Amino acid sequence: MAAISRDEVAHLARLARIEMTDAELDHLASEMDLILESVSRVQGVAGADIPPTSHAIAMQNVMRPDVVVPSLTPEEALSGAPAREEDRFKVPQILGEE
Amino acid sequence: MSTPIIHQTAAEMSADLASGSVTAVELANAHYDRIAAVDGDVHAFLHLDREGALAQAASVDASRKAGEKLHPLAGVPLALKDVLTQKGVPTTCGSKMLEGWRPPYDSTVVANLKKAGVVILGKTNMDEFAMGSSTENSAYGPTHNPWDLSRIPGGSGGGSSAALAAFEAPLAIGTDTGGSIRQPAAVTGTVGVKPTYGAVSRYGLVAFSSSLDQAGPCARTVLDTAMLHEVIAGYDAKDSTSINAPVGKMIEAAKKLDVKGMKIGVVKELSGEGYQAGVLTRFNEALDLLVAAGAEIVEVSTPSFEYALAAYYLIAPSETSSNLARFDSMRYGIRIGDDGSRSAEEVMNMTREVGFGKEVKRRIILGTYALSSGYYDAYYGSAQKVRTLIKRDYEAAFAKVDVLVSPTCPTTAFKIGEKSDDPLAMYLNDVATIPVNLAGIGGMSLPCGLAPEDGLPVGFQIMSPALKDELMYHVGGTLEAALQSKWGKPLYASAPELAVK
Amino acid sequence: MALNYDQALEIYEPTLGLEVHVELNTNSKMFCGCATEFGASPNTQTCPVCLGLPGSLPVVNAKAIESSIRIGLALNCSITPFSRFARKNYFYPDMPKNFQTSQYDEPICVNGYLDVTIDTDEGPKVYRVEIERVHMEEDTGKSLHVGGATGRIHGAEHSLLDYNRAGIPLVEIVTRIVPGTDKYAPEVARAYVAELRDILRSLGVSDVKMEQGSLRCDANVSIAPRGSGTLGTRSETKNVNSLRSVERAVRGEIVRQANRLQAGERIIQETRHFQEESGETRSGRSKEQAEDYRYFPEPDLLPIVADPAWVEELKAALPEKPSIRRKKLQEAWGVPDKEMAAMVNAELLDTVEETVALGAEPTKARSWWLGEVSRLANEKSVEPTSLIKPSEVAEIITLIAAGELTDKLARQVVEGVINGEGTPRSVIEKRGLKVVSDDSALMVAIEAAIAAAPDVADRVRGGNIPAAGALIGAVMKATGGQADAAKVRELLLKHLGQG
Repeated sequence: MAAISRDEVAHLARLARIEMTDAELDHLASEMDLILESVSRVQGVAGADIPPTSHAIAMQNVMRPDVVVPSLTPEEALSGAPAREEDRFKVPQILGEE
Repeated sequence: MSTPIIHQTAAEMSADLASGSVTAVELANAHYDRIAAVDGDVHAFLHLDREGALAQAASVDASRKAGEKLHPLAGVPLALKDVLTQKGVPTTCGSKMLEGWRPPYDSTVVANLKKAGVVILGKTNMDEFAMGSSTENSAYGPTHNPWDLSRIPGGSGGGSSAALAAFEAPLAIGTDTGGSIRQPAAVTGTVGVKPTYGAVSRYGLVAFSSSLDQAGPCARTVLDTAMLHEVIAGYDAKDSTSINAPVGKMIEAAKKLDVKGMKIGVVKELSGEGYQAGVLTRFNEALDLLVAAGAEIVEVSTPSFEYALAAYYLIAPSETSSNLARFDSMRYGIRIGDDGSRSAEEVMNMTREVGFGKEVKRRIILGTYALSSGYYDAYYGSAQKVRTLIKRDYEAAFAKVDVLVSPTCPTTAFKIGEKSDDPLAMYLNDVATIPVNLAGIGGMSLPCGLAPEDGLPVGFQIMSPALKDELMYHVGGTLEAALQSKWGKPLYASAPELAVK
Repeated sequence: MALNYDQALEIYEPTLGLEVHVELNTNSKMFCGCATEFGASPNTQTCPVCLGLPGSLPVVNAKAIESSIRIGLALNCSITPFSRFARKNYFYPDMPKNFQTSQYDEPICVNGYLDVTIDTDEGPKVYRVEIERVHMEEDTGKSLHVGGATGRIHGAEHSLLDYNRAGIPLVEIVTRIVPGTDKYAPEVARAYVAELRDILRSLGVSDVKMEQGSLRCDANVSIAPRGSGTLGTRSETKNVNSLRSVERAVRGEIVRQANRLQAGERIIQETRHFQEESGETRSGRSKEQAEDYRYFPEPDLLPIVADPAWVEELKAALPEKPSIRRKKLQEAWGVPDKEMAAMVNAELLDTVEETVALGAEPTKARSWWLGEVSRLANEKSVEPTSLIKPSEVAEIITLIAAGELTDKLARQVVEGVINGEGTPRSVIEKRGLKVVSDDSALMVAIEAAIAAAPDVADRVRGGNIPAAGALIGAVMKATGGQADAAKVRELLLKHLGQG
């Protein structure tokens, strides 16, 4: 049985904001199946007493003083913008929440 | 007859610059000439910043003329992996997504290079967003291995390694998340080092997997690599994970040439089945040379390494899925489908469809899955625990030995296209390099010969405990000297001549 | 027939929970050194980090950590020994990285409470609002929707983004369900936010200006049939920009939900937006298709392990709690409960305190601020404190006490100051508002008043002192209000043999 369905892949693509054609979804679903089968080896290897490692080199309390440093100029900030209107980034209409 | 200047080591160029027998501008031009002659076939570079580089070179020459004290690498050319930002210079990460993007800021690595007077020739090709082991995943076409143009130069930093092997630059910067410095070094007969995580600032390194990414030095010799290491390493307040400690003495270590009394552990799990015979032959010969140089070799077992690849292919995609979310066409990069009728959401969807390549999408989807509610514990959570086990394996091993060694990769360079349709086979290339990233320790690859069956370079990996990167240079420098005295010349001098245009 | 609030409460029991977002007033942003000035030109306070440019990395602002811990301590929370940032992944154009760096399962402060007192039918009652967590996160940018009929997001042709606000430190304070508020849920909600705001202000960690968005309240409301022992589906109301709105929003939501249920419809779990004009809420994003935020520990940041000694130090240095301070002020000023409550509700306690500190008599300070100044502020729909300074009010009160101004003249001085005619002294000068203090001039007016009303004067002579009021009034009228009423009274009574 497949570990991941085509619909699930379509849901993941929506979450990841990537449009995919039906053919792409089909192909990816079968690939994901193989990959997941392989990576699921990690399950159950470590017992409940093993803490997860998020940072290989353990450090803590790294902070900076609350000091203002110069910002980019609006020209620099907007230099890569695909579209702009005066000093703001211009984007297509935003749907959803206000 | 003296060797052509582009065949010199960075240390030799440094000496020539200091003596005045060559200028930085001449050196840069010599390399640009070489690039013009061979890069049509090799395709190591995505962008050349001739103007910026020659200005930097001229400024170094002027300073030298004025009698200023300069860094030893001032005026020496370098190839920069296109994943590090350089102000005003295109930075694409090998992706269509960032086509034309010119960052408004310098990465800390670039700032350090500029400060030292290093001349940045241009940006090198790579697998898109550093995901891959062959540089075939670049949106701008593959890079070819100078040892055999039909073969891959490794990845993701294949542009940097190929540039070194093709004498297009004596120094290069790579980044290594699961082997992207070491594996390309191995298959191109060059040297590459992944320093301890946090030793080199990640500020300005476009993130693939934040907890694994590490920039590092690449060159044709251990000493050159050490020189570059000392330039780019060091504490950076802009990177929270940067280690606040003095940089070790890499150059000094590279010159020791003696491993008397050192204990070197051979990782049992990183050899044998799945490794090409010629790779193992050259690896074992190298061990003999280390024994002859005074080291004691012991076998070490690291049982959890078996799960390293699986853990890596969960952790890295998970972090990637989040890191690459910012590429949405709103603030920078390409924008697809904005015809005035579509919503921002639709435009994001279309841009990400077009802007990302197959492998990147595959990993984003995998990572999105691994972090989903309901699957987190089984996948991401379990992988993070495996990471703990791998760290413990290393700790136990380093309690017994000074450094660990293995072949850098299971095989020599494979043919372009050979594995591009089989992601799992491709992932296996990194089986020996990945554990190093998961544990955050240091790893070096240096050439240990040509595999008898195909005449292609074989990489020898040295792993050192966290914050003891100088041990890699110590052992690597010793081994390199022993190999060269055996061969009578460096390995790179045996590389086939490239057709010159 | 639609149910009103009281009818809704007869059938249903409300449940209340509150999430308050506070923008900290640090000099620089949460994860980068950009300035945090309110109202700066678009995209002038941005850098690679807060724009989410490729390659940029966050570094935590130490002051934000300190402020968060102080907030937690002031809310009686435990400071967790190990706290971390996580990434909350979702796409939105005002969020540069398409994830928000926030705290998830390891917040910096947990398990606190805040007691609030409200007037009930049975007299003042204390409600304990339990705080589940206090955590740190970053603010988003601001979008401006252009085109379309309404200027709203729906129908907008495109949007314009300014990332100045992106990355400003936010602290989110989340309550548990507040039990037993019953019909007082709106009042409890308001009192909680008011008390919280006072605490934050006393800590000096935020500007706490609801109208500028530096303090934002989301009200979670659900209702269930009385006695059912169940919890209803909740809605989350955002965009609540004043204390009054907090109360109105909760009240409005209870009524809306009750009417929906009465009509046989179900409550949808959703975000709603409060409409200031109508007092109603409007549907926003539905949460039915639960977002999957895919939280995971932020790999670019390291854990916060607060040194217990440091936490103790911060705790010892906390300012006095506003409730205790209020009690002390009330005692010192001798103000009745009702007047004290009026000052607190009008948000003028600090102002009155400042005025008193500048030499004004407490009762007078209170009555000027809550009376004349508030009345004028109301007319202009502005905050009283934006009209006149405490020092100016104090000066006017002092002048009245010294007999140099009458109340009536003082009102003209206030008006002049508000009109921008200068300081109280210069208004007095320019308008010629000096009290007539020349006794002989007053005596002429007094005698004229007596002559005009001899019968009243006789009653006063006969010991009917209150009757003098009419004569005093006549004198004040004759002097155009410029006489000191007390002085007039004194002279008049003396003249009529009653002094």
